[in-house]
This record gives sequence, structure tokens and C-alpha cells, in this order.
Amino acid sequence: MEENGNNLISLQNLKVHFKIGGGFFKEAKVVKAVDGVSFDIKRGETLGLVGESGCGKSTLGKAILRLTPITSGRAMYKNRDIANISESEMLAQRKNLQMIFQDPYASLNPRMNVGQIIGEPIQTFGLQRGKSVEAMVQDLMETVGMSRRFVKRYPHEFSGGQRQRIGIARALAVDPEFIVADEPISALDVSIQAQIMNLMERLQAEKNLTYLFISHDLRAVRHLSDRVAVLYLGKIVELADGKEIYKESLHPYSKALISAVPVPDPEIEAKRERIILKGDVPSPINPPSGCHFHTRCPYMIEECKRQTPSLVEIKPNHFAACVRISSDRPNIEANEKDGLGAIGS
Amino acid sequence: MNRLTYIVLILTAIFAPWIATHDVTAQNLIMRYSAPTAEHWFGTDSLGRDVFSRLVFGARISLEVGIIVVAVSSFIGTIIGSIAGFYGGFVDKFLSGYLFNVFLAFPGLLLAIALVAFLGAGLNILIFALCVIGWVGYARVMRGQVLKVREYDFVQAARALGASNMRILFTHILPNAIQPLIVQASLGMAGAVLSEASLSFLGLGIPAPAPSWGTMLEEARGLDTLYSAPHVFFFPAIAIALTVLAFNFIGDGLREYLDPKQRKR
Repeated sequence: MEENGNNLISLQNLKVHFKIGGGFFKEAKVVKAVDGVSFDIKRGETLGLVGESGCGKSTLGKAILRLTPITSGRAMYKNRDIANISESEMLAQRKNLQMIFQDPYASLNPRMNVGQIIGEPIQTFGLQRGKSVEAMVQDLMETVGMSRRFVKRYPHEFSGGQRQRIGIARALAVDPEFIVADEPISALDVSIQAQIMNLMERLQAEKNLTYLFISHDLRAVRHLSDRVAVLYLGKIVELADGKEIYKESLHPYSKALISAVPVPDPEIEAKRERIILKGDVPSPINPPSGCHFHTRCPYMIEECKRQTPSLVEIKPNHFAACVRISSDRPNIEANEKDGLGAIGS
Repeated sequence: MNRLTYIVLILTAIFAPWIATHDVTAQNLIMRYSAPTAEHWFGTDSLGRDVFSRLVFGARISLEVGIIVVAVSSFIGTIIGSIAGFYGGFVDKFLSGYLFNVFLAFPGLLLAIALVAFLGAGLNILIFALCVIGWVGYARVMRGQVLKVREYDFVQAARALGASNMRILFTHILPNAIQPLIVQASLGMAGAVLSEASLSFLGLGIPAPAPSWGTMLEEARGLDTLYSAPHVFFFPAIAIALTVLAFNFIGDGLREYLDPKQRKR
């Protein structure tokens, strides 16, 4: 992907590998949680990141913020490689890069009250002092739609949605440019999900925020995201505009994923064609050879086992990583060898 | 009931000189093994000393040993355990893999006996010996807790918000990791009181004229005394048992108080 002055974040072949196990008698195994991911996030946009659980979505989000050690690759923030700067240099950058967490019950320190939680980053970065910290905290609480009366309350006195608002206010306290939202709504009730999504949209418009929106909820991603990246076993398999990927996805995995979204109209739902994948996601400890998806792909050919496809631009701004897809032939032409038994209606 | 024992114990220790009815070392050989009377509420021992007064001053020794031993060993244990859990890697391998195991491999009381035998009996030596065997229990609990809490989302959030390691450790991890340590400390208090009594009973604790409960038990050890003057060992034994019980229950109270979820609004 070419350099673009408009990019706020640019990942280049980012890898996060974990060593697990290993001891006196056995060798450590390597989990390739994120295995060579490259994409750009433009200023002011929302990039949706979707995938099954265990595919490395959260790890990727945390790696961009250096909350998890990066094995190799580059993570450019405004042309500065934050993957390879020292911890103290990173500390200064943390003001610009923030995170909203999945579980609003675990992401707030239960022994600090709301004022202390939201006030902490203001104090650590020395943004305000003394009395004005409290004033800023109360402004932030109003920004996220909470009453300033609650400033002395503890997290356990709030509902999930309110806690998530506290988490958002905390992230906003340092006035960041980029926020990783790691499944911010998946722990919430459906009615609250909409509120939080609307809040995120409003804040984005007001403060010109850039989001990496991680979710397995495809409807939420469609609602919020300008572009969508599909992750499978630590690799991006497809990246395209939000609307386009839902209308005409190219990669067989994305097709299956999107076909799984239920439609709220029972008649359409009954006629809808669904692609049901065989089996579970293979373990990232020992991922399949070649294309990681070949063990479950209905269009698998021999070549898929050997060749690792790279992410190429199939249509303008529409990237996919599949051996059988190219810009000349964007659609897989089925042949009799394909395991079409896996496709049902 | 436990609170009452605890309060009585503390008040007794503080106001010992005003509560005691007799001089704790004053002997009265004519009044040996006197049963409880109006003059000597808990009777007298083999040298005619007032058991009640000795018990009262014994509470001071027990509390002093218990508090100092627990404070010092839990402080050291918290620091070493937190470092092991927080930094992990080689630091943890060295601390919990080698240092903890070396200390855990010694039978605690035996090590204390060896130390006292080597350094000589006395209150300070006794406290030192009990700290040497005591810290590793706290360190182990703390390491496990820190290991658990440092993976919580709010710790990651604090890191993302630019908090330093020290800030993360002291404001985010420790307050959320300390709870089991409080329980451990109350048990440790009971353990320290018991160990002090045991070592004194063995003659390795506080030297003779001082009124340690263990020493009092040791002096009442003879079979004759058990039959002829049961009050000489009965009262110190009850004192030790009640004290240990009370400390075992304090932890619960403290934990409830310290947890904002259980604090009354």
C-alpha cells in the first residue's frame, strides 16, 4: 500500500508471537497471534476489525498501543515508528493513543472512585493541577452523558453501560487522536449497545477521532466503520470499504462470515443463503500451511496448501488474500473439485 | 465475642501496670501454689508469684511479638513478593524459584530454634528469628496475587494512560492484591503468638523472670502441678487459646471494612 500523508496509523508487517509452555523438559511453543499484518488507518476514519474469537483481534489492538510486546514489524503513528521506540518515548506518545476496553467490569479499578479514575491520566500527564482536575473530570463526565453528581461513586455502583461511559471518559481525558475500541459493546445489553455506539459516533465527529473498532458483531461494525478488515488466524484476508465488503465480499472466509449475520426480516431470513464453515478455527500454535484458511475453505485447491497468498488490490481499494482471486478474476469460478457440500441454503 | 477478646487483650496490654494487682516478679514462697483467692484472683505459681498479674504483663509480650513480627515480615514479604510477581522473568525465577523454596524447605520452628540457639535468647532475637521464618509466606501469597492482578484490564488501561511502573504497582495492583495478605497477617499474628509461646516453653524465648505465657506454661509443666494446682497452667493456656482465636477472626472484620463493595453506604 502506498504512502499517504493522510494516514494516522500505518502497520507494516506487524507480528506478535508469544512463547507458551516450555520448561525444563520441553521446548516452548510459539503462538502466532498476529502474523504479518499491514494496513493503514486514515485520519478521522473508523476501521472495523472483524474475525472469530481467538483470531488475534484484541492482540493486534493492544500491540498498536504497545500493551503487548511486538515481535517484529513497524507501527507508524504520524511517520514515527512506535513499535521500535524506547519505553520512555512511548510514554509520551500514550497521550495520543488510547483504548476502550471490552469488559467494563474489569477495566475500572474497583478501589478508585469515578473522579480518581478519570482524573488519573490528567494527573500523570500533568494536564491540570489541583482544583481544575476535578472541574475537567466533571466536564468529561458530561461529555459522555453522565451526571457530575456521581464523581465520588465507585465502579460497582454503576451499570455496564455507565461503566463503559466512564471508560470512554477516561480515554478522552488526555485528548487522544486515535482510540482502539476493543469490543466496546459486546459486554452490554442491546439497547445500551446503541447508546454507546451513538456516543462514539458523536465524539468522533466532535473531536475528529480515529477509531480502530474491534468487534465480532458484524452489524455494529457495519454501522460504525468506514472500512473493514477481516482477520483470520493472525492475517488480514480482506480489506475494503464497509459498504462494499457487505455487498460483495471476495474472500471465501469473509463471505461465510457475512452470510452468518441474521436479517431481522423472517421472510428474507428464510430465503437467505448461508455458508456454513466446517470445523473450528485451527490453533494459532500450529497454523495450517499455505493459506491458513484452506482447512475450512469450500474452494480449496492443492495450491492453497503450499502457497501463502498475500493481500493484493483486487478492485480499487478492495484488497483480498486468496490464491484463486486476482484482479482479472475477482470471483472464484467454482469447479467440480470444490467441496460445495459445505455450502448449503 | 472475638471483638471483645481483642479489645480486652489490647486494653490489658496497654494498661498492664494499672491492671496488675501485684509485682510480676515478687516471690512469696509461703504462698506457693495458692488456689484463686480474693487476694490472688488466678492463684499463685511455684514461686508464689501472682498469676493474674503475670498474665496481664504476658499479654504485652505476646502482642508486642505478634505485631512486630507480622508488621516486619509482611512488609518484607509484600515487597519481595510484589517484585517477583510484577517483574516476572528471571527476577521471579530467582526469587520464587530459589529464595522462597530455600526458606520453605526449612521447618520454620526448627530454623527459629537454631537461630535463637546461635544468637542467644532474648526478645529481640526471638522477633528476628520469627521474621526470618515468617516473611516467605507473605511473599508467596503476594507474588500470586500480583501475578493475577497485573493481567486485569484496569492495569492495562493504566499503562495505556501513561502510568509509571511504580504508580501501577502501588495504586492499581497492590490495593487490589492485598486482601488475602490481611487474612494471612491475622493468621500470622496468631502464629507468631503461638511460636513465641512455644519457644518460651522450650526455654528458647524470653528469659525466665519475664512473664511470657509460654514460660508460665513451662513452669507449670510438672505432672504434680497439673493435678494439685491446675490454675497455674489453666489460665495461661486459656489466654493463648483465646488470643489465637481472636486474631484468626480479626482478618474477616478488616477485610469487610477494607472492601468498598461491602462497606455500608
